[in-house]
Amino acid sequence: MDKLPIKMKAVDLNAWFSGKQALSKINMDVYSNKVTAVIGPSGCGKSTFVRNLNRLHETIPGATVEGAVFLDEENIFKPRYDLVDLRRRVGMVFQKPTPFPTMSIYENAAAGIKLAGRVPRPVVDQAVETALKQAALWNEVKDCLDKPGIGLSGGQQQRLCIARTLAVRPEVILLDEPCSALDPISTGKIEELIHELKKEYAIVIVTHNMQQAARVADFTGFFLLGELVEFDVTGKIFTAPRDKRTEDYVTGRFG
Amino acid sequence: MIDSKLKEKAAFAILLAATIIVIAPVALILAIILINGLPALSFEFLFSIPRDGMRGGGIFPALVGTFYLIVGTALFAIPFGILAAIYLNEYAQRNRLTRAIELAIINLSGVPSIVYGLFGLSLFVEFLGFGASILAGSLTLAIMTLPVIITATREALSAVPRSFREVSFSLGASRWQTVRGVVLPNAIPGILTGTILGLSRAAGETAPILFTVAAFYLPKLPTSVYDQAMALPYHIYVLSTQVPNVSVKVQYGTVLVLVGMIFILNIVASYIRSYFRKKKTW
Repeated sequence: MDKLPIKMKAVDLNAWFSGKQALSKINMDVYSNKVTAVIGPSGCGKSTFVRNLNRLHETIPGATVEGAVFLDEENIFKPRYDLVDLRRRVGMVFQKPTPFPTMSIYENAAAGIKLAGRVPRPVVDQAVETALKQAALWNEVKDCLDKPGIGLSGGQQQRLCIARTLAVRPEVILLDEPCSALDPISTGKIEELIHELKKEYAIVIVTHNMQQAARVADFTGFFLLGELVEFDVTGKIFTAPRDKRTEDYVTGRFG
Repeated sequence: MIDSKLKEKAAFAILLAATIIVIAPVALILAIILINGLPALSFEFLFSIPRDGMRGGGIFPALVGTFYLIVGTALFAIPFGILAAIYLNEYAQRNRLTRAIELAIINLSGVPSIVYGLFGLSLFVEFLGFGASILAGSLTLAIMTLPVIITATREALSAVPRSFREVSFSLGASRWQTVRGVVLPNAIPGILTGTILGLSRAAGETAPILFTVAAFYLPKLPTSVYDQAMALPYHIYVLSTQVPNVSVKVQYGTVLVLVGMIFILNIVASYIRSYFRKKKTW
């Protein structure tokens, strides 16, 4: 664990919503080419934690933050840190599939690329195709790229959102409960996808589903009431947790 | 059981009666206007200038004047209204100042239109020296319409889910890119609807144009924005109170044209709303 390359590192991270503390003194690492799961009951701060890794937390009115998060050893909270650059390097997929309703499948997948400025059409085409292939959606949509993204099924929409994130070519992907609105088959596809993606990216996945964490994650952090109770190799968290609270949670005694 | 059925019937009867009482005056007004006004409508009535001391001829100058005023109002009110709404909704910090501005805007939409008329008279006509003109009238109507457009636009912007903005930010979009690429396209139908309704209200107003643009009688069309113009609402007022022996037909015909214009604008607005509501998926 100590020898693995660290992609992101939270140091004494605190976060508040309108004065109410949501995270207290989080210290946690995210490793390159590994999947890190963040588990815990509702309201434990796990979403708030990942939303600080791309500094989305502070866009909510009244939300504040303290501490540091390092991306490749540079503190993303240092003054005048380029947020656009940060969010292009640390992509995010949200709980609810959110294709932009006014855009086609193609436009959705290309949305992030086009933000960077004028890009020649063939380059966009290529990036869209690559991203949709990576998101295992290409074969299902290649003949209807100009149809609205909102017309796809929930599982397809979520893979379109993953493609939209991948098309920007980030280095880290944050997945905030990406499967909670999906059926088991779509969930299975996305989990397979996560296995594929970790070859190239560092992945952080927030999940309510402990089986999912056990299936996809190399490391798991257990959050409770805004604190990181325990962080370890996934197998250890589920079979030999050090903390009584972790044990109670993963064995279903509370939560 | 019988008791509850009886109550149900009574409730139904009362609600229906209330609805009929509300609708009846509107229906009656429209019916009277249609019956008395339709015979006056003709190509000549719409497209010729008034004659015989406005007792005959047509209403073309008033029609054109109102059209110019709507266009002028739209030119001033739409850009400023929408941009201000975007600022207030997407950029401004939530603090005491913005809350005060919001309160002021709400109160502005409740200010009587004659007050806007006098404000326009003192600011545009006299202080800025535009004189009674299409420019002064349009600006006055625009200021009256701004609160409506700002409020409608803000509502439309607020209705776009926060999640879309977050996705946009998470892809590395700036605030303006988010507004431009994600928020506005989803808010356009609501903005259009509110804007058109605001303009249709402006089209029918008399008090704001009374001192700022409206001419009693002009036998020619305005040629510049510094010209006075006739306008339908004021023309109706003149025909019904200032000129003796105007035939009922001419009076109602003019009313019908104004009501018809506003009606068309409102129908367009509600069509836009229902068209996009069907397409809306969030």
